[in-house]
Amino acid sequence: MTHRSFLPMIYLCLLLFGLLFISPIGFMLAGSLKPDARVLVEAGDWRAFWPAGVTLDNYRDVFARVDFARYLLNSLFINGMIVGAGLLVNSLAGYAFARLLWRGRDVLFGLVLAVMIIPLEAIAVPLFYMVSLVGWRDTYLVQILPFIANAFSVYLFYTHFIGLPRELEEAARIDGAGVLRTYFSIILPNAKSVFATVAILTFLSQWGAFLWPLMVTSSETVRPLPLAIATFHSLPPLQWGDILAFGVMMVLPILVVFLLFQRWFVRGVAHTGIKG
Amino acid sequence: MDSRNFIAAFMSAPALVGLLLFVVVPFLFAVALSFTNLRLGSPLPLEWMGFEQYRRIFSDPSFVRALLNNLVFVVVVVPLQTVLALVLALLLNRRLYGITWFRTLFFMPVVFPLSLVAVVWVLIFAPGPNGMMNAFLDLVSLGNWTPRDFLHDPYFALPAIMLTSIWQGTGFQMVILLAGLQAIPAELYEAAAIDGAGRRQQFWHITLPQLRNTLIFVVLVTTILASRLFDQVQIMTQGGPNDASTTVMFETVEAAFARQQVARGAAMTVILFLVVLLITRLQRRVARQEREVT
Repeated sequence: MTHRSFLPMIYLCLLLFGLLFISPIGFMLAGSLKPDARVLVEAGDWRAFWPAGVTLDNYRDVFARVDFARYLLNSLFINGMIVGAGLLVNSLAGYAFARLLWRGRDVLFGLVLAVMIIPLEAIAVPLFYMVSLVGWRDTYLVQILPFIANAFSVYLFYTHFIGLPRELEEAARIDGAGVLRTYFSIILPNAKSVFATVAILTFLSQWGAFLWPLMVTSSETVRPLPLAIATFHSLPPLQWGDILAFGVMMVLPILVVFLLFQRWFVRGVAHTGIKG
Repeated sequence: MDSRNFIAAFMSAPALVGLLLFVVVPFLFAVALSFTNLRLGSPLPLEWMGFEQYRRIFSDPSFVRALLNNLVFVVVVVPLQTVLALVLALLLNRRLYGITWFRTLFFMPVVFPLSLVAVVWVLIFAPGPNGMMNAFLDLVSLGNWTPRDFLHDPYFALPAIMLTSIWQGTGFQMVILLAGLQAIPAELYEAAAIDGAGRRQQFWHITLPQLRNTLIFVVLVTTILASRLFDQVQIMTQGGPNDASTTVMFETVEAAFARQQVARGAAMTVILFLVVLLITRLQRRVARQEREVT
């Protein structure tokens, strides 16, 4: 389809855009590996992307100055719980809405759809007030519990389950399996793609959570990485090398996940787009 | 049938209870609070104030500036980002050697948490001729650029945040548009080519109309995300200088947390919700019209 003479121009455009997109990342990586004092001085020319005299001092500094491992574990724990519990809870609801006949189903599903357009930002203040009243501030719980049930996830599971063929369940029913049994032994194994998609989208949107943790936490012991980098950034003395090293370590886990599952990432994101 | 009802209720209960407790109730609570004068640590008794809170908010120059900034952000970022994402998607929509690499590359910033992106871009916008952005602009303007302190400059603070957001978000839009492009049947192009349509005509008469619903979706998502702008503002400029880069969400957090004005913050979040609702309705309208036309 592509005319031959266009090829060099297309590659040139791709390369140019590619450079613009990658340069902040390259800058971060190179800066994290060079002596701290040189990061700012060399930011104005090609040396910004070239770590002459590679050193791991910045990385060592991060561990000396803050409890990085703690933040990382906090983030992993909080996100793991949200994703894991969310998959179970939202898929069960999606299944009940898509495949079971029950009283109140349509009304409740309408409610789920309506809830989808309420952004966290629009309820953050009263929700904060509520969790303060019950004394939940500064806990893991308050960072996990409100985000397990997710209307959008329920909707994604619903749209997937509603497309499954009837025969799948009928065979199991005839064998005498109950609803739950059918769900776990027949439906689950046949829905890996939607589970992966929802898991990825949830992880992607939660890993960077900033506003809510900023509101509800104050002690370092339960704070996740996005808050930690903001705090570290404002922590004197301002040492850019350290900050960049922190950044690299912060994005590395999700970057690895992304590169391993990038087919799923891209497909999952694309699918939700079409649904809109 | 009764046991069916029970099982269905049992299966959907955890999600429904969660949504009720953590979305519906706080939302109704926000609406109720917005009509009061609740303020943490205030000696004043709790009072019903009707629309007084809203009247005050709209006569607060900082909030009006915030609304305006959100609007400017939408008007500038949404078209720019959408066109850029479309260009990238068009470039990537072919089978060429190495195309998957570029796809990965353009999507990569999306996996970066906004807080990290904001911190890195604070460094990129460093003042003085040695700052990366200053040096870059000096290079492309052939030495005609006067170095600036972008984040402390009333004219550049908001554009700096815009650029940061575009860098992080374009990949997401690109992937959605790419999926839309790949869903266009190849026969359409073949038929057009037989009829003698050139590449430009094919783009205007096939690609764009076929992509219309995807484009509407992309514009909608970008607009909603823009109305919630907060992380970058908090980290990069704190809304400054002189409210030049403040946003509705930043003002909300300032009111509710820095000044303990819970009711005022609640009223602001209700306004934010109404904005999002309006955008969603508008999109439905446009999409429906499209269906009637075709």
